Amino acid sequence: MAEITSNMPYDAITIGDTLPPWSRVTDIMHWNRYAAVNDEFLYFHMEDEAARAALNPQGAFGMGNLRFAYMHNALEAVFGDVAAVRELSCQFRTINQKGDCLTVTGTVTEKWQDGAEQMLRIKLDVRNQHGDSTCPGEAVIAYG
Amino acid sequence: MSAHEWGPATASPPVGENDIRRWAIAVYWPERPPARYTEPGGPVAPPDFNPFAWPLDPLPQIPGAAREDFPEHARVMNGGQKDRYGVPIRPGDVITTTSRIAAIESRATRLGDTRFVSTEQLWRNQRGEFVRSRTSTLIRY
Repeated sequence: MAEITSNMPYDAITIGDTLPPWSRVTDIMHWNRYAAVNDEFLYFHMEDEAARAALNPQGAFGMGNLRFAYMHNALEAVFGDVAAVRELSCQFRTINQKGDCLTVTGTVTEKWQDGAEQMLRIKLDVRNQHGDSTCPGEAVIAYG
Repeated sequence: MSAHEWGPATASPPVGENDIRRWAIAVYWPERPPARYTEPGGPVAPPDFNPFAWPLDPLPQIPGAAREDFPEHARVMNGGQKDRYGVPIRPGDVITTTSRIAAIESRATRLGDTRFVSTEQLWRNQRGEFVRSRTSTLIRY
């Protein structure tokens, strides 16, 4: 098993190889920017009081869709010039608290041929600084 | 409308180059986004770009999937999503969306009587090319 490097050829990748970790420490500066482009101005993403009323004692928390974007960013960093993301899925499990260091991780679990395209399946997650799985998911990548 | 019938189609405004650039800056903040998302005259949008983010009028609700359709399940959580991608979105594209219920499941969970409401959204561009589908699951309890 090895870490996949940027724009690595398909044949050089083996099952068990991992993505280089992609990280962000997130807070209101990230969430407000995302709210501004995705029109996601919900009080519990902006105000601690509203988030506590929504039963998150630590206050305002981040958007699930921003973690989904971070998964894409991690894939783009590795495959951007040589392959395309065909599928991406995730489950939102744990809240992104203010100041969390989120790290996208990934492991290749399958390789197969689909017509003219060479495919990879990658198990993904977004883990916080405690190692908690906040957003497990899966991607399908096509070299073609 | 039956559980699997597509709803009315809604078209986005033409996608602007600056819309794409701002989206990329937001999701990469505080680092600079890749050049493919910012090149003057030729960017493509990040795969998660949403051309329907700022509607003048709300998008049509999916009959049977709205909050008022679940009066006994007032609380809601975002359970997750699965996207499939076709051609990328480029400046000038007009994206048409339509939605339907994919499935509604009832289950007893630690939250009590719970409904898993899955909806499917399909996007095509002005040439009829497949852009994206998204299956989203809301957990109502």
